[in-house]
Amino acid sequence: MPASTALFLLVLFAPAQTGAQSSDSERPVPILSGNAGYFTNVAGGQNELNVQFNPVLLVPLGDRWLVETRGEFEGKFQRPPGGGPYGGPVGKHLDYAQVDYIVNPYVTLTAGRFLTPFGIFNERLYPIWIRALQPDPLILPIGTASSDGVMFRGGFAVNARANMNYAAYLSATAIGVGGVESERHAGGRLGFFFPGPRLEIGGSFQKELQGDRKNGFGFHLGWQPPKVPLNLRLEYARSIQGSGYWIEGAYRLSQVSFWQKAMRRTEVVARGQQFFHGAIDPDEAAEYNVPLANTREGDFGINYFLRDGLKGTASYGRQFSSEGNFNLWSFGIAYRFLLPLGRSGVR
Amino acid sequence: MNPSPRVARIRIAVVLCVLVLSAGVHAGARTPKKDPATTVAPVVPAADADTMRLDGEQRFRANCGRCHAAPQKFPPRVMATVVRHMRVRATITDQDMRLILFYMTQ
Repeated sequence: MPASTALFLLVLFAPAQTGAQSSDSERPVPILSGNAGYFTNVAGGQNELNVQFNPVLLVPLGDRWLVETRGEFEGKFQRPPGGGPYGGPVGKHLDYAQVDYIVNPYVTLTAGRFLTPFGIFNERLYPIWIRALQPDPLILPIGTASSDGVMFRGGFAVNARANMNYAAYLSATAIGVGGVESERHAGGRLGFFFPGPRLEIGGSFQKELQGDRKNGFGFHLGWQPPKVPLNLRLEYARSIQGSGYWIEGAYRLSQVSFWQKAMRRTEVVARGQQFFHGAIDPDEAAEYNVPLANTREGDFGINYFLRDGLKGTASYGRQFSSEGNFNLWSFGIAYRFLLPLGRSGVR
Repeated sequence: MNPSPRVARIRIAVVLCVLVLSAGVHAGARTPKKDPATTVAPVVPAADADTMRLDGEQRFRANCGRCHAAPQKFPPRVMATVVRHMRVRATITDQDMRLILFYMTQ
């Protein structure tokens, strides 16, 4: 048996680190969480009312299991050409329905449908109450259709100054993008987080296991300077669908010396991004929801945190491409809810 | 030949049902093991508790603040589920998770 295989099996089946047994009052309880939002989006003069409801159900089982699922319900309502009442489709999608088993402190095994660990936006920044700007990054569709299969993932301290996190997966079926046929792919993500400077860097890889066996890869970076309320993020992705990057800075105005009560609830955001068209035809590009031509976009926004889990948001952007230049406006409100489905214990 | 989306959905549902059932059987038959995912820090001396709380706050700001604003504190059983979810979602280390849970529940 190769040494690398033996090491992998040793880590996988190493006994869990011992700790104190949790009492009944501390045992996890099922939760219904998620977010809801209402936005008015204007793209190139076309008005759209966007309503979203994304419930998340978390069911812990025993000491090591977690069943988690998230649904996405999104209504996109527009006036028909020539006027009339707003109408449009309500999209329904199962983002993930997975079972997690915590094997030991280093390994968690996931099976079912899961968010593909490619970059950081899809897994961690996608919910409307988390994202700093409501419009999706142009490269979001690259490598991020939901996966159906198995995944190993985990995070651990490499030393006192660095944590490593990883995810490796095999997907037998991917039906996350409407109209695209099922496919098999494998991939993973490796990242390092340095708690001192609060710097995170990492890379992602994905390979198709059929057809042309195309590769996709990406890099990500996140930095939160300890002394400044700034959140800086960067992602780059490349695949047959195209390539591109986005860079975003979100600054909380908590250090502003006037109107402090309001300023510490206020965040200003800026994002620049670019997309380069890939080696696919326009029909495929439309199916994957990527731009049909090389595109640049700049966005500026402001978020006001009314209370925990509730924020008002507004943004303006302008997109430039050979398909046409236009303005993007977005105004709305996002709310995160959390309901325990059982006795929640006393705080 | 690729299966149709309907067949694929049925397969997924069957696999999930089997996994959920096996999880339930496992949970019901388990022996009292130590659990890194649900453990709230044991009773510790006050000085150590203060240190852990400060350390937990630092880990909370470093890990959770990477993605979202600090939420309010929730009751212990709710927080235990949230932290288990975030352990998977954000690949938080076992030690960070313990300290964050201590900070958020003490």
